Amino acid sequence: MVLGNTSLQSLLLPKRRDVLKLGLAGLAGAAMISPASALVRIVVSGAEFTPLPVAIPDFQSSDPAFGRQVTDIIRANLRRSGLFAPVDPAAMPQQVGDVNATPQFASWAATGALALVMGQVEQGGQIQSSVRVWDTAAQAQVVGQSYSTDPNSWRRIAHIVSDAIYTALTGEGGYFDTRIVYVAESGPRANRTKRLAVMDYDGANAQYLTEGRSLVLTPRFSPNQQLLAYINFEDGKAQVYLLDLASGRQQRLGNFGPLTFSPRFSPDGRAIVFSIENQGTTNLYSVPLGGNRPSQLTSGAAIDTSASFSPDGQYLAFESDRGGTQQIYIMGAGGGGAQRISYGEGTYSTPVWAPTGDLIAFTRQSGGQFQIGTMKPDGSGERILVSSFHAEGPTWAPNGRVIMYFSDPGGNDGPRLNTVDIWGRNPLQVPTETFASDPAWSPLLS
Amino acid sequence: MSVMTRTYVYFKALIAVLLVVGLAACARTPGDGTGGAATPGSQQEFLVTVGDRVFFDTDSSVLSPQAIDTLNKQAAWLTRYTQYRVMIEGHADERGTREYNIALGARRAAAVVNYLVSKGVAANRIDSRSFGKERPVAICNDISCWSQNRRAVTVLQ
Repeated sequence: MVLGNTSLQSLLLPKRRDVLKLGLAGLAGAAMISPASALVRIVVSGAEFTPLPVAIPDFQSSDPAFGRQVTDIIRANLRRSGLFAPVDPAAMPQQVGDVNATPQFASWAATGALALVMGQVEQGGQIQSSVRVWDTAAQAQVVGQSYSTDPNSWRRIAHIVSDAIYTALTGEGGYFDTRIVYVAESGPRANRTKRLAVMDYDGANAQYLTEGRSLVLTPRFSPNQQLLAYINFEDGKAQVYLLDLASGRQQRLGNFGPLTFSPRFSPDGRAIVFSIENQGTTNLYSVPLGGNRPSQLTSGAAIDTSASFSPDGQYLAFESDRGGTQQIYIMGAGGGGAQRISYGEGTYSTPVWAPTGDLIAFTRQSGGQFQIGTMKPDGSGERILVSSFHAEGPTWAPNGRVIMYFSDPGGNDGPRLNTVDIWGRNPLQVPTETFASDPAWSPLLS
Repeated sequence: MSVMTRTYVYFKALIAVLLVVGLAACARTPGDGTGGAATPGSQQEFLVTVGDRVFFDTDSSVLSPQAIDTLNKQAAWLTRYTQYRVMIEGHADERGTREYNIALGARRAAAVVNYLVSKGVAANRIDSRSFGKERPVAICNDISCWSQNRRAVTVLQ
């Protein structure tokens, strides 16, 4: 056993105390004023929860239509998070905000809003936006900031401002200014065309990266988001490929065996862990980016695959059927003895370590259904978030609060992307033009 | 929807069978007196008389007695007609996760390769690959389809 209790215990200790502020209060209920700071702060604990009412009048702009477009995205982001309930604009005392004035708090409080967001946004050489978040009860500013982004990605300013509001009101990092890489599917089930695609986290701005001539699967971002690692059947057999997002250039990771798959970048982006199949057995290997001599991490006749690093790069979670059925194991990133952590009913696969380090998401098959769930890195605290005919392949939002996965009704219908929060609430489908599977969530862009 | 889909698949399967029979009929040498058998040593004969695929239980790569019977016939045929190379394609049904299914398809293909080699087919004539769950042949949401998709197919080259 490579992991003593001590090291597992240290994995469980939150590295940033702030990360758990959302859950700290342990109170049923809700949005409340934090007594310590006297400023509005959302408190989330377990299933009992009421979204925080927030008023967001249109952002001021010399181009009012642009101001409204940006504000619509901000409202949609906050509503989509499940933590906020944007107040109906028709009920607001003013339709357009004024970032430079002190609000008439009483009239805003009358709408039920506990928080108020006033902003402005202008398009020039750069897109610039200023925003203030107010506590309507304490009549005080929670945060005031200015942001800018290049004019070619105007939706980003809305996402950046949304992240700022989310952080001001939850004390945690946001996840709106992010992208999803996924597999866009089309055509009949028996001969699906699959293309790599990227889009904004909310399904907007989809771009297709491959043309569908060869089968592609399981794209993963490098931490700096310059590369994708994925499976490509270009050579007839599954092989790990890299795609450079700036140039579009694709190349095989290396000549490491007749069948290579299941790639995942290390947190520092310098190495890739992946599986090599040889004569029916599948083991884990890692190779430095650009290296040509992979080091073998597991051995034996089992199937060892779907490896995922802990955020500190010290450990790997992976699935193995060495005990007879697929289960989740943890071992040091350099290989060696592994410790099984999944002991519930059914089989467990696709472990993915949360960016916050405190949870591992997985796919479980049990009772003829598929489930998406989480457990702590020592295997305790298992929680099933979703159960359906087919749900697979979780990926984490960078703040560790939301999970995306794909679900598939079967037949000649096809898969769709969905999100759910780590309390199992707020299930939402992500709109995509095509069927979509194998999502991977990027880190924050900014 | 699923009923329609399944009907469609069965229809497709029927067409495929008719095509094979049709091809076999076309390939028949006139007056050879074999009454419908495909030309000995032809791909059609392999498909119709020998059988190009074996099936597996859920999450298993164990060769069933029926699979062994088919592979015995394949081995005998392949040792007789040595002009062919073969690609063994391993597949999984849709009731598993993507990466594991690639490995499972490979394990099934390996079981077939090992058996054929044990029966005298030269290892250097055999290659294998896995499609995981990416290329099902039967499309529906129950075991009648899944059991057809858990397969290894011997493709003559």
